Amino acid sequence: MSTEGSYYVPEQSKLPLLAALGIGTMAFGAASWVIEGGTSTVFLIGTAIMAAVMYKWWSVVIEENTQGIVSDQLKYSYVLGMYWFIFSELMFFVCFFGSLFYVRVLVGPWIGGEAAIGLFDDTPTDAAIANATHLWSGYDATWPPLVTPDQAVNAGAAKFIGPQEAMSFPGWTQMLSWLPLWNTIVLITSSGTVHVAHHALKEGNRKKFVRWLGLTVLLGVFFLFLQAEEYIHAYQELGLTLDSGIYGTTFFLLTGFHGAHVTLGTIMLLIAFLRGLKGHFSESDHFGFEAAAWYWHFVDVIWIGLFIIVYVLG
Amino acid sequence: MAHGPSKNFFNRWLFSTNHKDIGTLYLWFSFAMFLLGGAFAMVIRAELFQPGMQLIKPEFFNQMTTMHGLVMVFGAIMPAFVGLANWMIPMMIGAPDMALPRMNNLSFWILPFAFAILVSTLFMEGGGPNFGWTFYAPLSTTYAPDTVNYFIFGVHIMGASSIMGSINIIATVMNMRAPGMTYMKMPLFVWTWVITAFLLVAVMPVLAGAVTMMLMDINFGTSFFDAAGGGDPVLFQHVFWFFGHPEVYIIILPAFGVVSQIIPTFSRKPLFGYSSMVYATASIAFLSFIVWAHHMFTVGMPIAGELYFMYATMLIAVPTGVKVFNWVTTMYKGALTFETPMLFSIAFVILFTFGGFTGMMLSIAAADTQYHDTYFVVAHFHYVMVAGAVFSGTAAVYYWLPKWCGRMYDETMGKLQFWIAFIAFNITFMPQHFLGLAGMPRRYSDYGLQFADWNMVSSIGAFMYGGAQLLFLYNVIRTIGWGKPISDPKVWEGAEGLEWTVPTPAPFHTFSTPPVVK
Repeated sequence: MSTEGSYYVPEQSKLPLLAALGIGTMAFGAASWVIEGGTSTVFLIGTAIMAAVMYKWWSVVIEENTQGIVSDQLKYSYVLGMYWFIFSELMFFVCFFGSLFYVRVLVGPWIGGEAAIGLFDDTPTDAAIANATHLWSGYDATWPPLVTPDQAVNAGAAKFIGPQEAMSFPGWTQMLSWLPLWNTIVLITSSGTVHVAHHALKEGNRKKFVRWLGLTVLLGVFFLFLQAEEYIHAYQELGLTLDSGIYGTTFFLLTGFHGAHVTLGTIMLLIAFLRGLKGHFSESDHFGFEAAAWYWHFVDVIWIGLFIIVYVLG
Repeated sequence: MAHGPSKNFFNRWLFSTNHKDIGTLYLWFSFAMFLLGGAFAMVIRAELFQPGMQLIKPEFFNQMTTMHGLVMVFGAIMPAFVGLANWMIPMMIGAPDMALPRMNNLSFWILPFAFAILVSTLFMEGGGPNFGWTFYAPLSTTYAPDTVNYFIFGVHIMGASSIMGSINIIATVMNMRAPGMTYMKMPLFVWTWVITAFLLVAVMPVLAGAVTMMLMDINFGTSFFDAAGGGDPVLFQHVFWFFGHPEVYIIILPAFGVVSQIIPTFSRKPLFGYSSMVYATASIAFLSFIVWAHHMFTVGMPIAGELYFMYATMLIAVPTGVKVFNWVTTMYKGALTFETPMLFSIAFVILFTFGGFTGMMLSIAAADTQYHDTYFVVAHFHYVMVAGAVFSGTAAVYYWLPKWCGRMYDETMGKLQFWIAFIAFNITFMPQHFLGLAGMPRRYSDYGLQFADWNMVSSIGAFMYGGAQLLFLYNVIRTIGWGKPISDPKVWEGAEGLEWTVPTPAPFHTFSTPPVVK
């Protein structure tokens, strides 16, 4: 609730319109790029505009803060902005997790002819039987699906060829050579290091803050490196690709969007690190860093969800 | 920030950080889109005036139905209410501006770009989106023209605009209320909007997910919506309606808020059951997340799903009934007068309730098998979208326009517009119930001879309704330019609230120092 008299309302600014121009150009450019025969030129121009605008915009916000015209109340508006932005990101992942649940729990048995009539009666429904007899005969619904319905019917002529192997839990004996486990360890550790950095900053220990934050950024980069290794392994050795049916589809979209968010989070932390080196942030005033840290914890939580659902139970 | 608007036109309108100017931009943009979407509707109704193909090709007819829906939902109704939110929320809670003024301008300016991209597809090879505004896969994936990619990215940035706009509204309401303005003292328009903003932040990312899956299926070989790969086209419908059902409340909740401001004013009584209104709004918002598959009763869901979604949907009638009861009870024994905003609001209550009843009919899974994808559905949602959202938006403009520009509109012309709109609306959409019950499917460019009479009636009504909107435009421009100047802060005798304590016309900056609310 408002308590003081002056809330800072900024002067007119060219930045929002330019940002909209950048976003619009990127959208138009992306669409013309993906259409066959398209090029990336317009998209890259949009991206360049957007990058310049974002650099300028954040400079302005940081400048305003250094000048001390940002009241506590305005700071709280930024805090609320970040909360709800993270919530919207969460809902984006909910969409993909929900889709995975749907295809895995419901669609498979429907196509495979096993979908039961009711909770207590496991006679298959007529529709499921019809699916299995007339449309996808020979398809055996299992998870992870290594044979797609397409393959079951069309064999070699199929468009969607399932992977030779899935990314699931390999059993306790081979656990230590299982990449996703190391990814999990790296990411959880990085959530810890960013927490240590935060506490160091609150105690006014700048050196420690910068050191632990730098370590976090390195862990983020290392995570992305491991993830890239995993993708290469999937494409080159397992035949697990975007075209390998619903398993590859959900696997790459979920881990891919998570990876994109880790990339964004790493950039945010890197900027906070560079600002830390320049002596920005004080013990009580460091929301630029705090927001990045929240975001980092958020991608960590999403990863734990992914690790359990996509990998361990995958 | 103490000074007034910039004298330079571009400075003022392109680079604005002022909630009132940005609100005005939103309102004019949405009206332009309303006329464009209306023009598409006129093409549809002209083609359906008589059976047989008269004016356009079926392919173009499909693009018209699709674009009409998209432009009206995302370009006209939603931005109109965001415009009203921008203008009114800071004035109603005693805030100097929106919480994040620059982001506010960004959310607006994304929209012209998004719609330029969307509309430009009509002129491209392959034509615009032709798969219905609900863009079901595989129509929108396997069988779509290449331009669907422009549609996808257009929807993406529209969603970004909505999310930023909503975060701004939430931050404003949570952080910028004047001292003493507790949550349970907020005007109902503010309440309905903050709940709407919550819905938007929750479901716009899901829409982004849906179009992302489409993009991947079309261009990158994934199989979300392709059973051959183990996916399912029905998955699209689930994801879409998980967004789509809250979306219809996103459209109607701010309309509830507007009507809850106007009816007490012209009844000269406080709103009956304020707190029950708040709880009812929140309940509707909650229920909107768990009823989505009632749009899909005929898709082949298990019986348990059909039953669950049927009963859950019927539950929505309870909080909605509370609202209608409260509006009617507010008017009971009030000193009623019938200025234009009140006329539109009363029409809203009656016609929205009517649309709610047909909604109850549609919620019965067994009966829906008959009604599904017929004109009965079209009639139903136009009763809630047009007589609901558009009528209340019109009411809001007549109600607050004198406050905004310090000039009174012409009451006779306002009433004339109301009666033409009210009568024309019913001529247009009432017969569509009969057509639907008789079995006429929606989204077809031609129909059997037995449907000819009512289609002609409906088309005549539609042209009249379109004409009433031109009258609206004329009336608004006339008011702003040449209306009778007024200066009483309280434009309406029975009006209550902070927005009526500031001078008329509302100065460029209001509440630079927060007022104290008792």
